[in-house]
Amino acid sequence: MSLHREDVEKIAHLARISLSEQDIPLYTRNLSNILALVEQMNRVDTTGITPMAHPLDATARLRPDVVTETNQREWFQQIAPQVEAGLYLVPKVIE
Amino acid sequence: MSWEVVIGLEVHAQLATNSKIFSGASTAYGASPNTQACAVDLGLPGVLPVLNEAVVQMACKFGLAVGATVAPRSVFARKNYFYPDLPKGYQISQYELPIVKQGTLKIEMDGQEKVIGITRAHLEEDAGKSLHEDFQGLTGIDLNRAGTPLLEIVSEPDMRSAKEAIVYMKKLHSLVRYLEICDGNMQEGSFRCDANVSVRQVGQKEFGTRAELKNLNSFRFVERAINYEIERQIDLLERGGQVVQETRLYDADKNETRPMRSKEEAHDYRYFPDPDLLPLIIEPAFLEQVQKTLPELPDAKKQRFMQQYGLSGYDAGVLTSTRELADYFEETVKESSSDAKLCANWVMVELAGLLNKHNLEIPASPVTAKQMGGMLRRITDNTISGKLAKDVFEAMWNGEGDADTIIEKRGLKQVTDTGAIEKVIDEVMVNNPKQLADYRSGKEKLFGFFVGQVMKVSGGKANPGQVNELLKKKLGG
Repeated sequence: MSLHREDVEKIAHLARISLSEQDIPLYTRNLSNILALVEQMNRVDTTGITPMAHPLDATARLRPDVVTETNQREWFQQIAPQVEAGLYLVPKVIE
Repeated sequence: MSWEVVIGLEVHAQLATNSKIFSGASTAYGASPNTQACAVDLGLPGVLPVLNEAVVQMACKFGLAVGATVAPRSVFARKNYFYPDLPKGYQISQYELPIVKQGTLKIEMDGQEKVIGITRAHLEEDAGKSLHEDFQGLTGIDLNRAGTPLLEIVSEPDMRSAKEAIVYMKKLHSLVRYLEICDGNMQEGSFRCDANVSVRQVGQKEFGTRAELKNLNSFRFVERAINYEIERQIDLLERGGQVVQETRLYDADKNETRPMRSKEEAHDYRYFPDPDLLPLIIEPAFLEQVQKTLPELPDAKKQRFMQQYGLSGYDAGVLTSTRELADYFEETVKESSSDAKLCANWVMVELAGLLNKHNLEIPASPVTAKQMGGMLRRITDNTISGKLAKDVFEAMWNGEGDADTIIEKRGLKQVTDTGAIEKVIDEVMVNNPKQLADYRSGKEKLFGFFVGQVMKVSGGKANPGQVNELLKKKLGG
Protein backbone atom coordinates (compact mmCIF):
# COMPACT_ATOMS: atom_id res chain seq x y z
CA MET A 1 0.00 0.00 0.00
CA SER A 2 1.41 3.33 -0.90
CA LEU A 3 0.39 6.58 0.68
CA HIS A 4 -0.55 9.72 -1.16
CA ARG A 5 0.70 13.15 -0.38
CA GLU A 6 -2.69 14.08 1.19
CA ASP A 7 -2.47 11.09 3.56
CA VAL A 8 0.89 12.24 4.83
CA GLU A 9 -0.36 15.80 5.26
CA LYS A 10 -3.32 14.53 7.25
CA ILE A 11 -1.16 12.31 9.48
CA ALA A 12 1.17 15.22 10.11
CA HIS A 13 -1.74 17.44 11.03
CA LEU A 14 -3.20 14.86 13.45
CA ALA A 15 0.20 14.59 15.13
CA ARG A 16 0.61 18.38 15.07
CA ILE A 17 3.93 18.01 13.22
CA SER A 18 4.80 20.56 10.59
CA LEU A 19 6.52 19.19 7.52
CA SER A 20 8.47 21.29 5.10
CA GLU A 21 7.43 21.07 1.49
CA GLN A 22 10.65 19.34 0.46
CA ASP A 23 10.37 16.68 3.17
CA ILE A 24 6.92 15.48 2.16
CA PRO A 25 8.11 13.07 -0.61
CA LEU A 26 10.64 11.59 1.81
CA TYR A 27 8.00 10.96 4.51
CA THR A 28 5.58 9.62 1.95
CA ARG A 29 8.15 7.06 0.86
CA ASN A 30 9.26 6.12 4.38
CA LEU A 31 5.74 5.72 5.75
CA SER A 32 4.74 3.68 2.70
CA ASN A 33 7.64 1.36 3.37
CA ILE A 34 6.49 0.86 6.96
CA LEU A 35 2.99 0.05 5.75
CA ALA A 36 4.43 -2.42 3.25
CA LEU A 37 6.05 -4.23 6.16
CA VAL A 38 2.74 -4.23 8.05
CA GLU A 39 1.04 -5.62 4.97
CA GLN A 40 3.58 -8.41 4.84
CA MET A 41 2.80 -9.27 8.47
CA ASN A 42 -0.91 -9.08 7.76
CA ARG A 43 -0.54 -12.05 5.42
CA VAL A 44 0.39 -14.34 8.32
CA ASP A 45 -2.51 -16.48 9.52
CA THR A 46 -3.17 -15.40 13.13
CA THR A 47 -6.38 -17.32 13.72
CA GLY A 48 -6.65 -18.30 17.36
CA ILE A 49 -3.81 -16.08 18.54
CA THR A 50 -4.58 -13.50 21.23
CA PRO A 51 -3.31 -10.11 20.15
CA MET A 52 -0.38 -8.97 22.25
CA ALA A 53 -1.18 -5.92 24.36
CA HIS A 54 2.30 -5.53 25.78
CA PRO A 55 5.70 -7.00 24.94
CA LEU A 56 6.39 -7.88 28.57
CA ASP A 57 4.77 -11.02 29.85
CA ALA A 58 3.63 -9.37 33.08
CA THR A 59 0.42 -7.98 34.52
CA ALA A 60 -0.55 -4.65 36.01
CA ARG A 61 0.43 -3.93 39.59
CA LEU A 62 -2.10 -1.95 41.54
CA ARG A 63 -1.52 0.91 43.92
CA PRO A 64 -3.57 1.46 47.13
CA ASP A 65 -6.06 4.33 46.93
CA VAL A 66 -4.11 6.78 49.05
CA VAL A 67 -3.29 10.44 48.42
CA THR A 68 0.50 10.65 48.31
CA GLU A 69 1.02 13.85 46.34
CA THR A 70 1.24 17.32 47.83
CA ASN A 71 0.63 20.67 46.21
CA GLN A 72 3.63 21.64 44.08
CA ARG A 73 1.88 24.14 41.87
CA GLU A 74 4.45 26.90 42.20
CA TRP A 75 7.25 24.59 41.27
CA PHE A 76 5.43 23.16 38.25
CA GLN A 77 4.31 26.56 37.04
CA GLN A 78 7.85 27.93 36.92
CA ILE A 79 8.22 26.35 33.48
CA ALA A 80 4.83 27.50 32.19
CA PRO A 81 4.96 30.39 29.69
CA GLN A 82 2.00 32.17 31.29
CA VAL A 83 -0.05 31.65 34.45
CA GLU A 84 -2.72 33.65 36.23
CA ALA A 85 -4.79 32.97 39.37
CA GLY A 86 -3.26 29.51 39.56
CA LEU A 87 -4.31 28.65 36.00
CA TYR A 88 -2.11 27.80 33.04
CA LEU A 89 -2.90 30.25 30.26
CA VAL A 90 -2.99 29.02 26.66
CA PRO A 91 -4.13 30.53 23.36
CA LYS A 92 -7.91 30.64 23.19
CA VAL A 93 -9.30 27.29 22.03
CA ILE A 94 -12.85 28.29 21.14
CA GLU A 95 -14.07 31.15 19.00
CA MET B 1 -45.78 9.04 8.66
CA SER B 2 -45.14 7.42 11.96
CA TRP B 3 -41.70 7.42 13.51
CA GLU B 4 -39.87 5.35 16.06
CA VAL B 5 -37.27 6.90 18.32
CA VAL B 6 -34.04 5.05 19.13
CA ILE B 7 -31.87 6.20 22.03
CA GLY B 8 -28.65 4.91 23.55
CA LEU B 9 -26.90 6.58 26.48
CA GLU B 10 -23.27 6.94 27.46
CA VAL B 11 -23.01 7.78 31.13
CA HIS B 12 -19.78 8.93 32.72
CA ALA B 13 -19.75 8.11 36.42
CA GLN B 14 -16.91 9.64 38.38
CA LEU B 15 -15.62 6.97 40.74
CA ALA B 16 -15.58 7.96 44.41
CA THR B 17 -11.90 7.37 45.13
CA ASN B 18 -9.55 9.43 47.29
CA SER B 19 -6.79 9.56 44.71
CA LYS B 20 -6.66 9.64 40.94
CA ILE B 21 -6.80 6.67 38.60
CA PHE B 22 -3.07 6.70 37.76
CA SER B 23 -1.51 9.02 40.36
CA GLY B 24 -1.51 9.76 44.09
CA ALA B 25 -3.04 13.25 43.68
CA SER B 26 -6.27 14.01 45.52
CA THR B 27 -9.63 13.96 43.69
CA ALA B 28 -11.39 16.27 46.19
CA TYR B 29 -13.74 18.68 44.45
CA GLY B 30 -13.40 22.44 44.62
CA ALA B 31 -9.69 22.87 45.45
CA SER B 32 -7.76 25.91 44.28
CA PRO B 33 -6.76 25.48 40.58
CA ASN B 34 -3.85 23.13 39.85
CA THR B 35 -3.09 22.36 43.49
CA GLN B 36 -4.15 18.74 42.93
CA ALA B 37 -2.38 18.17 39.63
CA CYS B 38 0.87 16.26 40.06
CA ALA B 39 3.62 15.43 37.56
CA VAL B 40 1.69 12.38 36.26
CA ASP B 41 -1.50 14.42 35.74
CA LEU B 42 0.47 17.13 33.97
CA GLY B 43 2.00 14.58 31.62
CA LEU B 44 5.56 15.66 32.40
CA PRO B 45 8.27 13.61 30.68
CA GLY B 46 9.49 10.51 32.45
CA VAL B 47 6.45 9.82 34.61
CA LEU B 48 4.60 6.49 34.62
CA PRO B 49 0.95 5.81 35.45
CA VAL B 50 0.17 3.23 38.18
CA LEU B 51 -3.41 1.94 38.37
CA ASN B 52 -5.48 2.59 41.51
CA GLU B 53 -6.78 -0.62 43.10
CA ALA B 54 -10.03 0.99 44.32
CA VAL B 55 -10.90 1.94 40.74
CA VAL B 56 -10.68 -1.71 39.70
CA GLN B 57 -12.79 -2.82 42.67
CA MET B 58 -15.48 -0.27 41.87
CA ALA B 59 -15.66 -1.23 38.21
CA CYS B 60 -15.97 -4.90 39.23
CA LYS B 61 -18.69 -4.01 41.72
CA PHE B 62 -20.65 -2.32 38.96
CA GLY B 63 -20.11 -5.24 36.60
CA LEU B 64 -21.40 -7.73 39.14
CA ALA B 65 -24.41 -5.55 40.00
CA VAL B 66 -25.61 -5.44 36.37
CA GLY B 67 -24.98 -9.14 35.80
CA ALA B 68 -22.22 -8.40 33.33
CA THR B 69 -19.06 -10.27 32.43
CA VAL B 70 -16.08 -8.83 34.27
CA ALA B 71 -13.23 -9.36 31.85
CA PRO B 72 -10.42 -11.52 33.29
CA ARG B 73 -8.08 -9.50 31.08
CA SER B 74 -8.60 -5.91 29.99
CA VAL B 75 -6.27 -3.45 28.33
CA PHE B 76 -5.73 0.30 28.56
CA ALA B 77 -5.37 2.20 25.32
CA ARG B 78 -4.36 5.68 24.29
CA LYS B 79 -7.01 7.84 22.66
CA ASN B 80 -5.08 10.51 20.84
CA TYR B 81 -6.26 14.08 20.36
CA PHE B 82 -4.94 17.54 21.07
CA TYR B 83 -6.66 19.88 23.48
CA PRO B 84 -5.01 22.03 26.16
CA ASP B 85 -6.93 20.39 29.01
CA LEU B 86 -5.31 17.07 28.04
CA PRO B 87 -1.60 17.75 28.51
CA LYS B 88 -0.31 14.34 27.42
CA GLY B 89 -1.94 14.60 23.99
CA TYR B 90 -3.88 11.40 24.71
CA GLN B 91 -6.45 10.16 27.15
CA ILE B 92 -5.85 6.79 28.79
CA SER B 93 -9.01 4.78 28.23
CA GLN B 94 -10.06 1.25 27.34
CA TYR B 95 -11.02 0.41 23.80
CA GLU B 96 -11.18 -3.11 22.42
CA LEU B 97 -10.92 -4.87 25.77
CA PRO B 98 -13.02 -3.05 28.40
CA ILE B 99 -13.28 -4.26 32.00
CA VAL B 100 -17.08 -4.82 31.92
CA LYS B 101 -19.01 -6.39 29.05
CA GLN B 102 -22.66 -7.27 28.39
CA GLY B 103 -24.82 -6.48 31.37
CA THR B 104 -28.44 -5.49 31.79
CA LEU B 105 -30.48 -3.06 33.83
CA LYS B 106 -34.18 -3.57 34.49
CA ILE B 107 -36.32 -0.46 34.36
CA GLU B 108 -40.00 0.04 35.05
CA MET B 109 -42.24 2.50 33.27
CA ASP B 110 -45.99 2.84 33.74
CA GLY B 111 -45.99 -0.53 35.49
CA GLN B 112 -44.21 -2.21 32.56
CA GLU B 113 -40.83 -3.82 33.04
CA LYS B 114 -38.18 -3.48 30.38
CA VAL B 115 -34.62 -4.73 30.21
CA ILE B 116 -32.04 -2.29 28.87
CA GLY B 117 -28.80 -3.80 27.61
CA ILE B 118 -25.48 -2.45 28.84
CA THR B 119 -22.98 -2.99 26.04
CA ARG B 120 -19.92 -2.24 28.08
CA ALA B 121 -18.39 -0.17 30.86
CA HIS B 122 -14.79 0.93 30.63
CA LEU B 123 -12.33 2.80 32.79
CA GLU B 124 -10.73 6.04 31.72
CA GLU B 125 -9.24 9.25 33.05
CA ASP B 126 -11.02 12.59 33.02
CA ALA B 127 -9.48 15.67 31.38
CA GLY B 128 -8.90 19.07 33.00
CA LYS B 129 -11.16 22.10 32.79
CA SER B 130 -10.91 25.02 30.39
CA LEU B 131 -12.06 28.46 31.49
CA HIS B 132 -12.70 30.69 28.54
CA GLU B 133 -13.67 33.93 30.26
CA ASP B 134 -11.68 36.62 32.04
CA PHE B 135 -8.23 36.09 30.56
CA GLN B 136 -7.88 38.72 27.83
CA GLY B 137 -8.33 36.43 24.88
CA LEU B 138 -6.55 33.49 26.50
CA THR B 139 -7.93 30.27 27.96
CA GLY B 140 -7.22 29.30 31.57
CA ILE B 141 -6.49 25.64 32.29
CA ASP B 142 -7.17 23.92 35.63
CA LEU B 143 -5.81 20.37 35.69
CA ASN B 144 -7.18 19.34 39.11
CA ARG B 145 -9.75 17.15 37.38
CA ALA B 146 -7.20 15.61 35.00
CA GLY B 147 -6.74 11.97 35.92
CA THR B 148 -9.95 11.65 37.94
CA PRO B 149 -11.27 8.10 37.43
CA LEU B 150 -14.37 7.66 35.27
CA LEU B 151 -16.44 4.62 34.48
CA GLU B 152 -18.10 5.13 31.10
CA ILE B 153 -21.26 3.03 30.95
CA VAL B 154 -22.54 2.48 27.41
CA SER B 155 -26.08 1.23 26.87
CA GLU B 156 -27.51 -0.59 23.87
CA PRO B 157 -29.78 1.55 21.65
CA ASP B 158 -32.72 0.05 23.56
CA MET B 159 -34.68 3.10 24.62
CA ARG B 160 -37.65 4.34 22.63
CA SER B 161 -38.50 7.68 24.22
CA ALA B 162 -36.90 10.50 26.18
CA LYS B 163 -38.94 9.43 29.19
CA GLU B 164 -37.57 5.90 28.96
CA ALA B 165 -34.04 7.28 28.73
CA ILE B 166 -34.61 9.27 31.92
CA VAL B 167 -35.97 6.26 33.77
CA TYR B 168 -32.88 4.27 32.76
CA MET B 169 -30.56 7.10 33.73
CA LYS B 170 -32.24 7.53 37.13
CA LYS B 171 -32.02 3.80 37.76
CA LEU B 172 -28.33 3.85 36.94
CA HIS B 173 -27.87 6.90 39.15
CA SER B 174 -29.56 5.11 42.04
CA LEU B 175 -27.48 1.97 41.45
CA VAL B 176 -24.06 3.66 41.48
CA ARG B 177 -25.02 5.40 44.71
CA TYR B 178 -26.22 2.15 46.28
CA LEU B 179 -22.89 0.63 45.32
CA GLU B 180 -21.10 3.68 46.76
CA ILE B 181 -18.89 3.89 43.70
CA CYS B 182 -20.06 7.39 42.65
CA ASP B 183 -21.55 10.26 44.64
CA GLY B 184 -23.95 11.02 41.79
CA ASN B 185 -23.56 14.78 42.17
CA MET B 186 -24.65 16.14 38.80
CA GLN B 187 -23.93 19.81 39.55
CA GLU B 188 -20.31 18.92 40.21
CA GLY B 189 -20.22 16.75 37.10
CA SER B 190 -19.81 13.42 38.91
CA PHE B 191 -22.55 11.87 36.79
CA ARG B 192 -22.74 13.06 33.19
CA CYS B 193 -24.55 11.82 30.15
CA ASP B 194 -24.25 11.87 26.36
CA ALA B 195 -27.20 10.65 24.32
CA ASN B 196 -27.22 9.04 20.87
CA VAL B 197 -30.52 9.82 19.23
CA SER B 198 -31.97 8.67 15.92
CA VAL B 199 -35.38 8.11 14.40
CA ARG B 200 -36.64 5.58 11.85
CA GLN B 201 -39.95 4.76 10.28
CA VAL B 202 -42.00 2.27 12.23
CA GLY B 203 -41.28 -1.20 10.89
CA GLN B 204 -37.90 -0.27 9.45
CA LYS B 205 -35.13 -2.64 10.51
CA GLU B 206 -32.03 -0.48 10.14
CA PHE B 207 -31.33 2.36 12.51
CA GLY B 208 -31.49 5.90 11.23
CA THR B 209 -28.46 8.17 11.25
CA ARG B 210 -27.79 9.32 14.78
CA ALA B 211 -26.70 12.54 16.38
CA GLU B 212 -24.72 12.55 19.60
CA LEU B 213 -25.92 15.06 22.19
CA LYS B 214 -23.43 16.40 24.69
CA ASN B 215 -23.49 18.71 27.67
CA LEU B 216 -26.47 17.13 29.41
CA ASN B 217 -25.86 17.76 33.08
CA SER B 218 -29.29 17.25 34.63
CA PHE B 219 -32.16 14.79 34.21
CA ARG B 220 -34.37 17.62 33.01
CA PHE B 221 -31.90 18.73 30.34
CA VAL B 222 -31.48 15.17 29.08
CA GLU B 223 -35.20 14.86 28.55
CA ARG B 224 -35.57 18.28 26.95
CA ALA B 225 -32.55 17.89 24.70
CA ILE B 226 -33.67 14.47 23.46
CA ASN B 227 -37.19 15.70 22.79
CA TYR B 228 -35.90 18.72 20.92
CA GLU B 229 -33.59 16.51 18.87
CA ILE B 230 -36.37 14.04 18.01
CA GLU B 231 -38.53 16.89 16.74
CA ARG B 232 -35.66 18.32 14.74
CA GLN B 233 -34.84 15.01 13.06
CA ILE B 234 -38.44 14.12 12.21
CA ASP B 235 -39.04 17.59 10.87
CA LEU B 236 -35.90 17.36 8.74
CA LEU B 237 -36.79 13.92 7.34
CA GLU B 238 -40.40 14.82 6.62
CA ARG B 239 -39.25 17.76 4.59
CA GLY B 240 -37.08 15.46 2.52
CA GLY B 241 -33.80 16.27 4.25
CA GLN B 242 -31.23 13.95 5.82
CA VAL B 243 -29.81 13.65 9.30
CA VAL B 244 -26.06 14.12 9.43
CA GLN B 245 -24.01 12.06 11.87
CA GLU B 246 -22.54 14.68 14.15
CA THR B 247 -22.03 15.82 17.72
CA ARG B 248 -24.49 18.44 18.89
CA LEU B 249 -24.37 20.58 22.00
CA TYR B 250 -27.46 21.26 24.05
CA ASP B 251 -28.05 24.90 24.93
CA ALA B 252 -30.27 24.96 28.03
CA ASP B 253 -30.98 28.69 27.78
CA LYS B 254 -32.37 28.45 24.26
CA ASN B 255 -33.63 24.86 24.65
CA GLU B 256 -32.08 23.72 21.38
CA THR B 257 -29.26 21.56 20.12
CA ARG B 258 -26.73 22.83 17.62
CA PRO B 259 -23.79 21.24 15.88
CA MET B 260 -20.37 21.54 17.48
CA ARG B 261 -17.84 23.22 15.25
CA SER B 262 -17.19 20.38 12.86
CA LYS B 263 -13.71 18.99 12.78
CA GLU B 264 -13.47 16.30 10.15
CA GLU B 265 -10.62 14.53 11.84
CA ALA B 266 -12.08 14.88 15.33
CA HIS B 267 -12.95 11.20 15.50
CA ASP B 268 -9.66 9.93 14.21
CA TYR B 269 -8.38 8.97 17.64
CA ARG B 270 -5.77 6.43 16.52
CA TYR B 271 -6.27 4.17 19.55
CA PHE B 272 -3.45 1.81 20.44
CA PRO B 273 -2.55 -0.17 23.59
CA ASP B 274 -0.76 2.07 26.09
CA PRO B 275 2.80 0.77 26.39
CA ASP B 276 3.05 2.40 29.85
CA LEU B 277 0.44 0.06 31.30
CA LEU B 278 0.42 -3.71 31.52
CA PRO B 279 -2.77 -5.69 30.89
CA LEU B 280 -5.14 -5.72 33.86
CA ILE B 281 -5.76 -9.25 35.06
CA ILE B 282 -8.67 -9.90 37.41
CA GLU B 283 -8.37 -13.18 39.29
CA PRO B 284 -11.51 -15.05 40.39
CA ALA B 285 -10.45 -14.63 44.03
CA PHE B 286 -10.39 -10.84 43.63
CA LEU B 287 -13.86 -10.90 42.13
CA GLU B 288 -15.13 -13.08 44.97
CA GLN B 289 -13.87 -10.54 47.47
CA VAL B 290 -15.69 -7.78 45.61
CA GLN B 291 -18.87 -9.87 45.48
CA LYS B 292 -18.86 -9.98 49.28
CA THR B 293 -18.93 -6.18 49.45
CA LEU B 294 -22.10 -5.86 47.33
CA PRO B 295 -25.00 -4.35 49.30
CA GLU B 296 -28.63 -5.37 48.86
CA LEU B 297 -29.41 -3.94 45.42
CA PRO B 298 -32.42 -1.73 44.62
CA ASP B 299 -34.47 -4.43 42.84
CA ALA B 300 -33.95 -6.97 45.63
CA LYS B 301 -34.73 -4.36 48.28
CA LYS B 302 -37.90 -3.39 46.49
CA GLN B 303 -39.06 -7.02 46.37
CA ARG B 304 -38.28 -7.43 50.05
CA PHE B 305 -40.17 -4.24 50.97
CA MET B 306 -43.22 -5.53 49.11
CA GLN B 307 -43.11 -8.89 50.86
CA GLN B 308 -41.93 -7.90 54.31
CA TYR B 309 -43.99 -4.74 54.70
CA GLY B 310 -46.91 -5.45 52.37
CA LEU B 311 -46.23 -2.30 50.36
CA SER B 312 -47.44 -1.71 46.81
CA GLY B 313 -44.90 -1.90 44.00
CA TYR B 314 -45.11 1.85 43.59
CA ASP B 315 -44.49 2.63 47.26
CA ALA B 316 -41.67 0.10 47.50
CA GLY B 317 -40.13 1.60 44.37
CA VAL B 318 -40.18 5.13 45.76
CA LEU B 319 -38.85 4.09 49.17
CA THR B 320 -35.96 2.14 47.67
CA SER B 321 -34.99 4.81 45.14
CA THR B 322 -32.02 5.69 47.33
CA ARG B 323 -30.30 3.68 49.98
CA GLU B 324 -30.63 6.54 52.48
CA LEU B 325 -34.40 6.77 52.05
CA ALA B 326 -34.78 3.00 52.37
CA ASP B 327 -32.72 3.01 55.57
CA TYR B 328 -34.76 5.90 56.94
CA PHE B 329 -38.00 4.05 56.27
CA GLU B 330 -36.81 0.84 57.88
CA GLU B 331 -35.62 2.64 60.99
CA THR B 332 -38.93 4.47 61.21
CA VAL B 333 -40.84 1.19 61.07
CA LYS B 334 -38.60 -0.29 63.74
CA GLU B 335 -38.90 2.71 66.06
CA SER B 336 -42.63 3.13 65.66
CA SER B 337 -43.70 -0.50 66.06
CA SER B 338 -46.53 0.61 63.81
CA ASP B 339 -48.10 -0.46 60.58
CA ALA B 340 -45.57 -0.18 57.74
CA LYS B 341 -48.13 1.46 55.46
CA LEU B 342 -48.66 4.25 57.96
CA CYS B 343 -44.88 4.74 58.10
CA ALA B 344 -44.63 4.66 54.31
CA ASN B 345 -47.31 7.34 53.97
CA TRP B 346 -45.68 9.65 56.46
CA VAL B 347 -42.23 9.25 54.93
CA MET B 348 -43.44 9.57 51.33
CA VAL B 349 -46.03 12.30 51.78
CA GLU B 350 -45.37 14.50 54.83
CA LEU B 351 -41.61 14.15 55.10
CA ALA B 352 -40.88 14.06 51.36
CA GLY B 353 -43.18 17.07 50.89
CA LEU B 354 -41.31 19.21 53.40
CA LEU B 355 -37.90 18.03 52.19
CA ASN B 356 -38.90 18.94 48.67
CA LYS B 357 -40.17 22.33 49.72
CA HIS B 358 -36.89 23.12 51.46
CA ASN B 359 -34.81 21.51 48.72
CA LEU B 360 -33.22 19.02 51.12
CA GLU B 361 -32.15 15.41 50.69
CA ILE B 362 -33.04 12.76 53.24
CA PRO B 363 -29.66 12.73 55.05
CA ALA B 364 -30.21 16.43 55.86
CA SER B 365 -33.72 15.90 57.26
CA PRO B 366 -34.24 17.86 60.50
CA VAL B 367 -36.56 15.07 61.68
CA THR B 368 -34.62 11.88 62.31
CA ALA B 369 -36.07 8.44 61.64
CA LYS B 370 -36.03 7.86 65.38
CA GLN B 371 -38.17 10.96 65.98
CA MET B 372 -40.49 10.08 63.13
CA GLY B 373 -40.94 6.56 64.51
CA GLY B 374 -41.54 7.94 68.01
CA MET B 375 -44.34 10.14 66.74
CA LEU B 376 -45.98 7.38 64.71
CA ARG B 377 -45.95 5.21 67.82
CA ARG B 378 -48.13 7.87 69.47
CA ILE B 379 -50.61 7.72 66.60
CA THR B 380 -50.79 3.95 66.83
CA ASP B 381 -51.31 3.91 70.59
CA ASN B 382 -54.02 6.59 70.25
CA THR B 383 -52.16 9.27 72.19
CA ILE B 384 -52.66 11.69 69.30
CA SER B 385 -54.87 11.74 66.24
CA GLY B 386 -53.45 11.70 62.75
CA LYS B 387 -54.60 15.27 62.33
CA LEU B 388 -52.78 16.60 65.38
CA ALA B 389 -49.77 14.52 64.39
CA LYS B 390 -49.25 16.94 61.54
CA ASP B 391 -48.77 19.78 64.03
CA VAL B 392 -46.43 17.62 66.08
CA PHE B 393 -44.48 16.76 62.95
CA GLU B 394 -44.09 20.42 62.02
CA ALA B 395 -42.93 21.22 65.54
CA MET B 396 -40.33 18.43 65.29
CA TRP B 397 -39.22 19.82 61.95
CA ASN B 398 -38.75 23.21 63.62
CA GLY B 399 -36.54 21.68 66.25
CA GLU B 400 -38.90 21.65 69.23
CA GLY B 401 -37.75 18.20 70.31
CA ASP B 402 -39.23 14.74 70.00
CA ALA B 403 -42.93 13.91 69.77
CA ASP B 404 -43.50 13.10 73.44
CA THR B 405 -41.99 16.41 74.54
CA ILE B 406 -44.15 18.36 72.10
CA ILE B 407 -47.35 16.49 72.99
CA GLU B 408 -46.71 17.15 76.67
CA LYS B 409 -45.74 20.78 76.24
CA ARG B 410 -48.67 21.64 73.98
CA GLY B 411 -51.22 19.49 75.77
CA LEU B 412 -52.12 17.65 72.59
CA LYS B 413 -52.88 14.36 74.23
CA GLN B 414 -55.92 12.80 72.65
CA VAL B 415 -59.08 12.43 74.75
CA THR B 416 -60.10 8.78 74.82
CA ASP B 417 -62.17 8.92 77.96
CA THR B 418 -65.70 7.96 76.88
CA GLY B 419 -67.34 10.04 79.61
CA ALA B 420 -65.48 13.19 78.60
CA ILE B 421 -66.35 12.73 74.94
CA GLU B 422 -70.00 12.11 75.77
CA LYS B 423 -70.05 15.33 77.73
CA VAL B 424 -68.87 17.25 74.69
CA ILE B 425 -71.45 15.52 72.49
CA ASP B 426 -74.24 16.44 74.88
CA GLU B 427 -73.11 20.04 74.84
CA VAL B 428 -73.05 20.12 71.03
CA MET B 429 -76.52 18.58 70.81
CA VAL B 430 -77.95 21.15 73.22
CA ASN B 431 -76.37 24.04 71.32
CA ASN B 432 -77.64 22.86 67.92
CA PRO B 433 -81.31 21.91 68.38
CA LYS B 434 -82.33 22.65 64.79
CA GLN B 435 -79.63 20.46 63.24
CA LEU B 436 -80.49 17.76 65.73
CA ALA B 437 -84.15 17.83 64.74
CA ASP B 438 -83.27 17.81 61.03
CA TYR B 439 -80.90 14.90 61.49
CA ARG B 440 -83.49 12.89 63.37
CA SER B 441 -86.06 13.56 60.64
CA GLY B 442 -83.80 11.95 58.06
CA LYS B 443 -81.14 14.47 57.01
CA GLU B 444 -78.31 12.06 57.67
CA LYS B 445 -75.83 14.19 55.83
CA LEU B 446 -75.69 16.32 58.98
CA PHE B 447 -73.67 13.61 60.72
CA GLY B 448 -70.49 15.19 59.43
CA PHE B 449 -71.55 18.52 60.87
CA PHE B 450 -71.79 16.99 64.34
CA VAL B 451 -68.42 15.29 64.04
CA GLY B 452 -66.92 18.65 63.08
CA GLN B 453 -68.55 20.43 66.02
CA VAL B 454 -67.41 17.82 68.53
CA MET B 455 -63.85 17.94 67.22
CA LYS B 456 -63.91 21.73 67.31
CA VAL B 457 -65.18 21.94 70.89
CA SER B 458 -62.65 19.35 72.03
CA GLY B 459 -59.84 21.32 70.39
CA GLY B 460 -59.20 18.48 67.94
CA LYS B 461 -58.22 16.20 70.76
CA ALA B 462 -61.16 13.81 70.87
CA ASN B 463 -60.40 10.40 69.40
CA PRO B 464 -62.15 10.43 66.00
CA GLY B 465 -63.10 6.74 66.08
CA GLN B 466 -64.78 7.09 69.44
CA VAL B 467 -66.50 10.32 68.44
CA ASN B 468 -68.06 8.57 65.45
CA GLU B 469 -69.23 5.64 67.47
CA LEU B 470 -70.65 7.63 70.36
CA LEU B 471 -72.31 10.20 68.10
CA LYS B 472 -74.12 7.51 66.16
CA LYS B 473 -75.50 6.14 69.37
CA LYS B 474 -76.49 9.50 70.86
CA LEU B 475 -77.91 11.14 67.73
CA GLY B 476 -80.06 8.12 67.11
CA GLY B 477 -81.79 9.10 70.37
